[in-house]
Amino acid sequence: MTATANLATRLESLLGAHRVVAAEAELLEYAVDGATPAAIVRPNSAPEVVEVVRFAIAEKLAVIPSGSRSKLGLGMPPARYDIALDMTAMHEIAHYDAGDLTLSVDAGMPLRQLATVLAEKNQFLPLGVPCFETATVGGTIASGIDSTLRNQYGTVRDFLIGAEFVDGKGALCKSGGRVVKNVTGYDLHKLLVGSLGTLAVITRLNFRTFTLPQACGGHLAAFTDLEGASLYRAAIEKSGLPLAVLESLSPDIAALVPGVQPGNDEGFTAEFDAGHWWVYASYEGSEAVVPRIASDLQKLASDAAAASSQFLDAASDAHLGGILREAFDWLRWASPSLAIFRIVLPQINSAGLTELLRAARQPSLRSALLVRSAGIVYLTLFTDDENESTLRSLEAAATRVFSLAAAVNGYATLLHAPLKIKSRLNVWGPKPADFAMMQRVKDSFDPQHIFAPGRFVGGI
Amino acid sequence: MTAPLLRELNSLLGPANVLHKIEDLILYEYDGSVEKARPDLVVFPHTTEEVSRIVRLAAKYNVPIVGRGSGTGLSGGALARGGGVMLVFARMNRILELDLENARAVVQPGVINLDITRAVEHAGLYFAPDPSSQKSCTIGGNVAENAGGPHTLAYGVTVNHVAALELVLPDGEIVRVGSKHGDAPGYDLSGLFVGSEGTLALVTEITVKLTRKAEAVKTLLAIFDAVDDASRTVSEITARGITPAACEMVDGWTLRAIEDYIHAGFPRDSAAILLIEVEGLLEAVAAQAAAVEDVCLTHHAREVRIAKDDRERDLLWKGRKNAFGALGRLAPSNYVLDGVIPRSKLPQALQQIQLIGKKYGFSVGNIFHAGDGNLHPIVLYDPRDAKQFENAIAASHEIIRYCVELGGALTGEHGIGMEKNELMSLLFSDADFDLMRRVHDAFNPDSSLNPGKIFPLSKGCGEIRVRKQTGAVSAQV
Repeated sequence: MTATANLATRLESLLGAHRVVAAEAELLEYAVDGATPAAIVRPNSAPEVVEVVRFAIAEKLAVIPSGSRSKLGLGMPPARYDIALDMTAMHEIAHYDAGDLTLSVDAGMPLRQLATVLAEKNQFLPLGVPCFETATVGGTIASGIDSTLRNQYGTVRDFLIGAEFVDGKGALCKSGGRVVKNVTGYDLHKLLVGSLGTLAVITRLNFRTFTLPQACGGHLAAFTDLEGASLYRAAIEKSGLPLAVLESLSPDIAALVPGVQPGNDEGFTAEFDAGHWWVYASYEGSEAVVPRIASDLQKLASDAAAASSQFLDAASDAHLGGILREAFDWLRWASPSLAIFRIVLPQINSAGLTELLRAARQPSLRSALLVRSAGIVYLTLFTDDENESTLRSLEAAATRVFSLAAAVNGYATLLHAPLKIKSRLNVWGPKPADFAMMQRVKDSFDPQHIFAPGRFVGGI
Repeated sequence: MTAPLLRELNSLLGPANVLHKIEDLILYEYDGSVEKARPDLVVFPHTTEEVSRIVRLAAKYNVPIVGRGSGTGLSGGALARGGGVMLVFARMNRILELDLENARAVVQPGVINLDITRAVEHAGLYFAPDPSSQKSCTIGGNVAENAGGPHTLAYGVTVNHVAALELVLPDGEIVRVGSKHGDAPGYDLSGLFVGSEGTLALVTEITVKLTRKAEAVKTLLAIFDAVDDASRTVSEITARGITPAACEMVDGWTLRAIEDYIHAGFPRDSAAILLIEVEGLLEAVAAQAAAVEDVCLTHHAREVRIAKDDRERDLLWKGRKNAFGALGRLAPSNYVLDGVIPRSKLPQALQQIQLIGKKYGFSVGNIFHAGDGNLHPIVLYDPRDAKQFENAIAASHEIIRYCVELGGALTGEHGIGMEKNELMSLLFSDADFDLMRRVHDAFNPDSSLNPGKIFPLSKGCGEIRVRKQTGAVSAQV
C-alpha cells in the first residue's frame, strides 16, 4: 500500500470530512500538467493550513497550493503531487483601512470581489492581470503573472507590504507589516511573488491600495509596419507621458481581438481592422490631465505617420483594456496547440523584434507579437496540430528564442506550451546565473521540498 | 591573530589601504547612531576581486567582517559589533555604466547617492531615493538599509529602484542577482538582499533604475498654529487619495532651531509647518496643488505659500534636509528616532510622543515624512550625562513600542541594526525568527558577516561573535 492510498481518510480525521475531497472527477480538475493529486483539502484557516503542511512533512507528501486554478499550466509538470491545497475557502478581508490606503486580505479572496469592496471606497489594487474574473489574490501573487498596469503602478512587489504564510516546516510566519514604509526585518514576502507555490503556502497578503482615477481615456493608433509602431512607442517613452497601459499588437493578434468578448461589449466602438500594427495607450488622472495626454498622443501618432488614430471613450477603453489584460488567457485557446513566450529584451525596437520573429520562424508555425511595457514581449506561436513535425518546429523555435534572449542579456520563458513540449525542454529556459542562490532560498523555506516540487526554475 | 592577518592584508592591498592604529580605528567606531563599536582593522578595497580576497582572508583567520559606506547610518548597521575587519567602500566609487536610453546606471557601492543624479540630470533623469544625507551617504549603504527619504512617498524606497546586484558572499564567492531589465524568472533575490543590512552578503555593484524628471513641480509651505491641525491635514490628504511627491512635517520647536541656522523662511511663531511637493504633468500639478491647498485651509492653515521659483524651493528643502545640523546647536547630541505608524493615527501619535518626552524630561522635536507615517522624533541629550543617555534610550523604546501598538513597525527607513534588534520580538514570533534565521544562515552560516545585527541576541543561536560593547546602549535594552 502506498503512502497516498488512504490519504483522504487520514486527512479527514485531521480536519473533518467536509474539508477533504477525493472523488475522481474533482481530482481531475486539480491536475497539473497531467499529474493528479490523491486528495484535495480546503482549509478554512491558517491553523488548518499548518495542520495539513505538518502532516505532509511527516508523511513526505508533496503539496500544491492553488486558488481558482486558472494558471496551473504555468511552469513545469510537478515531480510529485499528492495533496491539492485549495485556498478558496479563506477569502475574508482581515483589515481594510481606506483612510490609510492599506489592506490585509486572505489568499483565497477573488480579485473581482476584492475590487468591488475597494471600489466602494473609491480605491483599487493595480493588478491588471489575466483571468481577473476568477483569479484569487494569492494565486495572482504566486504566479507572478504580468499586470498590464505595470507601466504606471509597477509590479506587485512595489505595493505588497507584507504577508503571512506557512513555511515548509509547518510554521505560520509573517514578514513586512501593514504600513506603507517599513524596513523591519528581511522582506521575505517579496520572495513569494512569482514563486509558484514553491516556498510557502500564502495565507494572507497586505497591500497598499490606490485611489481610483477621476478620469481615464484610451488611444489607438495603427501603423502599416512594425517600424512605424516602434518609432511611435519610442517617441512616447521619450515624452515621459504617464500612461497606465501601453501595448503594441502585431496584425495577427489584432485580428483575434474582435472575436474576444469578455462581458458586455456594447460600448465598443473602436474600428479595429486587421492588417495593421496597433499601439494602444490608456491613461488616467484628473479631469485636467486626461485631455492633455490625449492631445499629446495624437500629435506623437501623427508625427510618427500613423495610418490612423482614434480616441476611445471610457466604455471602449475599458473594453479593449479588458481584452488586452486577458490576452494570456484567450491566446491559450486561440489554436489547437500553441506556445506563448514571455520575453524580456533590453531594447525594444523594430530590429530586435524582427530578429526575434526570425528566430521563431519554423515550418507550420505562425507567430504573433504583443509588446507590453518594461521591455516585455509576448510571442505566440500558433500551430494547427500537435504532430511530431509541429512539435519539432516548436522545440526548434523555443531553443532559438531562448538563445537569442540570452545573447542580448534578456531572457525568455514559456508561459504556455503543449505538455509534450515540456518533456523536451524546460519552459523556464536555461538555469539562471543565480540559480544556486535560489536553491539556498528554497532550502531555507522548504527544507524537505514538499511544496510544488519540480515546477519552478531549474527544477526547484 | 590580528598581526598575521594585518600582514596579509597589507600585502594584498598595500599599507595605504589598511588602517590598524587605534587613533585611526577610533574614527570608525561611530556612525550616525548613538552606538559605538570599534573594528580591529579597516580596509579600503578598490575592486570586487579585492573584496572577495579580503573576505577569504577574514574567514581564514575566523574574524568577522562588516561593510561600510560613509557611516551616516542611524541604527549602527555599519559598526563592527563583533570587532574584526571593516570594509569601507569609499574607494570603490566609480560609476561604471550609464545607459540613459534605458534609464539604468551601474555603479560601485561607494558612489555618493547625489552623484548618481548629478551624472544623469543632463538627460532629464535622476535617482529617486533621497535620504537627508544624500550629499554624503553611499548607494551601497542605501542598498544595505533600503534607505528612504522625503520623495519616497510617491516613488518608493531604494528597493524599488534597484534592478540588479553583484554580491560577495561570506565565503568569498562573487555572485550576481536580479536583472538589468524587467523581472527575471525565479525568486526576487535583489528584493531579499536590499535592506538585509549587510547580514547576508557584501554588495559590490549595483544596477539602479533612473527616474525621469517630472515636467512640473510645485512646492507648498503650509503654516499651522496647532500641531493637531497639521497632522489632521496629512491624514486627510492621504484619505482623499492625493499622492504628493513629498509631505514633510516640522514642528514649531524644530523649525525655530532651523530658522536660526538656515533662514529658510519658516515662520518662527508657527506650531507646525507642512512642506508638500506635487509633481507631474503641468495640468496634474496645478490640480493637485489646488486640492492640497484646499485641505490645508480646511484644517485651519494660517497660510499656504507656494515657492515662486527654484531658488525658493531649494531654500525650503535646504531647511528640511539640514535640520539635524541645526539641532546640533541646541544640545551636545541628538537621537533621531525612526518609527512608522498608519497615517490615520498621526494626531494621536504626536500627542503621545510629547507625553513620553515629558515623562523622561525631554523636549522632543519632530521633523518627519508625515505622508507615509514615518516618524522621526528627535531627543536632544548630553551623552556625557549617563542618566540622560539612559533616559533617551528608554524614551525611544517607549515611543517605538507605542508605534507598534498603533499597528506600525519598528523602522521605516533607518534599519534595525544594533539599535533595535532587541525590540524585534515586539513584532516577530519565534517562528518568524526561525525562518529569518534560516535565510540568514543560507548565506551567512557562521555569522561572520555583520554579526549582532537585526536579530535579538537571545534569538541568534549562531551569534557567538558579539563582544562587549564600547557604547552603553546594549546594556539598556
